[in-house]
Amino acid sequence: MAKRVAIVGTGQTFHKSHRPDVNGQELINEAVLRALQDADLKMKDIDAIVIGNMDHFEGINYVDCWSVDGSGGTMKPIIKLTTGGTTGCTVAIGGYHLVGSGMFDRVLIIGWEKNSESDTTGAITTAFDPIWDRLVFAGAISGLAAEAQAYMARYGASDRDGARVSVRDRKHAMNNPHAQLRKEVSLEEVLASPMLADPIHLLDVCPRTDGACAVIMASEDVAEKICPKPDWIWGTAARHSYSYLGDADYGRLTSMREGSQELWKKAGIKEPRKELDVVEMYQPYSFGGLIWIEDMGLVGPGEAPQYIWDGNTDMSGELPINPSGGVISCNPIGATGLIRCAEAAMQVMGKAEGRQVPDVNFAFSSGFGGCWWTDMILHGKNKPK
Amino acid sequence: MVEKEHIIIESGDAVQPFAYSVGMHGSRFFAEIRDNKRFLGVKCPRCGKVYIPPRGVCGDCFVEMKEWVEVGPKGVIGTFTILRYAFIDPETGAQKPVPYGYGFIRFDGADTLFQHYINIEDETKIRVGARVEPVFARERKGSIRDIEYFKVID
Ligand SMILES: [Zn+2]
Repeated sequence: MAKRVAIVGTGQTFHKSHRPDVNGQELINEAVLRALQDADLKMKDIDAIVIGNMDHFEGINYVDCWSVDGSGGTMKPIIKLTTGGTTGCTVAIGGYHLVGSGMFDRVLIIGWEKNSESDTTGAITTAFDPIWDRLVFAGAISGLAAEAQAYMARYGASDRDGARVSVRDRKHAMNNPHAQLRKEVSLEEVLASPMLADPIHLLDVCPRTDGACAVIMASEDVAEKICPKPDWIWGTAARHSYSYLGDADYGRLTSMREGSQELWKKAGIKEPRKELDVVEMYQPYSFGGLIWIEDMGLVGPGEAPQYIWDGNTDMSGELPINPSGGVISCNPIGATGLIRCAEAAMQVMGKAEGRQVPDVNFAFSSGFGGCWWTDMILHGKNKPK
Repeated sequence: MVEKEHIIIESGDAVQPFAYSVGMHGSRFFAEIRDNKRFLGVKCPRCGKVYIPPRGVCGDCFVEMKEWVEVGPKGVIGTFTILRYAFIDPETGAQKPVPYGYGFIRFDGADTLFQHYINIEDETKIRVGARVEPVFARERKGSIRDIEYFKVID
């Protein structure tokens, strides 16, 4: 009884570094109300809810339980998914499974985080093996720095190449009123910002953010009645590649390579660089914008820096990446993957306003966890065959 | 402006202990370091990959591994970073002393990388591919801290 699935509405908060004016469920409620309004639906129309965040960030467990006043989950089927950084993308994949199964027609998907409420690096470290990983690991930035270092050694890239990606994303954020950081920076400013972990400068990485996002998915039986031009889900993929951090192939994101190949195969995409129209990637630091697009197969190994320098991923380029300003401009972690999904959906639906890429047929969104695991979604204008 | 006061909730001197098992492979690994300053990995019977830390199953092949192989103690830097930003170490509750070298060491004979400190006295020597060797703690207790750090020997 598998059904095709479409996104029919999205909503998100105006993300900020600190939202002391609302608690978790109130923050969630803002995003939910906007998604319902976008789809022109009422809470009574929603058949089930998928919600998630990284609960060790706030130190409050079971958001599926305590947020029901804000989420609309009172006396409805509600389930929590939490997978670290990928959470926002995983809740979307979970919603896709629920609707695709034919058991629910309209599912509300919620991702949220209040990163201001705890020490992010300390909390991330607790996600790693206490005996083998924690002695030297220093949160996501340390792992990302090791990846960038390996990539530079392997392909001869430089920190200027990374900085160019940060300049791009921060420029794109100027078009997105929901982004937390909206300030253009120059290449020189990125390179002159404090070195956090070689080769990563402060302006190469994401901030900490409070924010929520909600997405409504509907089955093919009702989707086009709710929304004449919905965003169809063409496929999803999730991959993990290691048990301990030292098992990974540093300089390559194996999970991205394997997952994206699954998506291209499902959709019959032969040249993703030419066939995709826009990418919203969970790219929490600049070098990921080089390495990971090679793993997606957009360009060959070591070719990303030149491709980026030539402007191909800027708003007017061959394949705009992160029109929203991406994760470098805004990172409410449990919401971040779902924001990518919502932004990709808005691009397909033609609702992306000042950051709209013209004539989007295929869009790609992803979630990134940890270090080194990846979830992803392929979105399309046309109903999948 | 009204001065804001936060309610602080803390555990004081109370401990909230976790008791993790390292498993039989990890136990043997640490006993070998403590007693003989030797590093042991395990080898997959199907793909031949040598794993550090040792473990019971090769995830790629999903088969049990039983063959122990000595690796190192010398190796190369597989990748690394130098941590320069201050953060609270959840292991200790105190600020981690920075800067420090975070190394992913590829022991001679191993396929995966072993994470530990790298001595960064001379930062110009720290590069991917540099040869390193471990410096052991004088008093070894069978833990990851039985190695103080790795140093570049090029
Ligand atoms: Zn194997």
